[in-house]
Amino acid sequence: MPEPNSRISVSSEGDVMVVELLDRKILDEVSILHISEQLNSLIVDKSAPRLVVDFTNVDHLSSSALGMLITLHNSVREKAGRLALCNIQPGIYEVFAITRLNDIFTIRDSQAEALAEMD
Amino acid sequence: MRIKSTWQAARDAGKTVLAEVAGQKYDEHSSFSIRLAMEEGLNNAIKHGSRMDPAKLISLDYEVTPQRVEIIITDEGEGFDPACVPDCTCQENLQKPGGRGIMLMKAFMDTVEFSEKGNSVRLVKVRPDGE
Repeated sequence: MPEPNSRISVSSEGDVMVVELLDRKILDEVSILHISEQLNSLIVDKSAPRLVVDFTNVDHLSSSALGMLITLHNSVREKAGRLALCNIQPGIYEVFAITRLNDIFTIRDSQAEALAEMD
Repeated sequence: MRIKSTWQAARDAGKTVLAEVAGQKYDEHSSFSIRLAMEEGLNNAIKHGSRMDPAKLISLDYEVTPQRVEIIITDEGEGFDPACVPDCTCQENLQKPGGRGIMLMKAFMDTVEFSEKGNSVRLVKVRPDGE
């Protein structure tokens, strides 16, 4: 159960953190900053964090949100961790493809497939 | 309309435009594209044009017809040269967190034109044939 004012819902599958983004629209800097802080708090004290980020609820995001994800990706990579994204709606996936970020991120259709990337 | 340079004002203004787009029954992809490009334009106006100063105003002018949607976003900033924005898809820029807004606008809209000064952007989406 997410805490009040939480923008994410976190569960565990073994030692993998599964994060469900709760906002339908990730657009403005304030929202993005809050989400970023909550995501970073999950990995800051971890070595080799393994994280799956689930986009089921997200139907719009801005280019600044992409920046947040890149920063997260870079932080996870610096810690020798693994990050996968899943359940991205077609319109949002098009944004990743146009910006070639589908070459950077591991993106899978389902949470199960994303978890399989964590092995 | 003229709005303050705040995220909430931008979202509220955007809803007005999107309600008219919905009223003209544009298809899902066109609606998504219009929303994305408009949000990017407004975000850029707030961040770069107004430098996050809520006292600065942004003009959001628009026309929604059965054939096309035209949106013009103008800020009170100094402007910029869009030709100087680096290509975010180049390998050396892929890992950088910023610099994708204009590219997304161009990818999702049929027309993206900046004023000579660079503080105004005109976005046009034409209804796809057969819709």
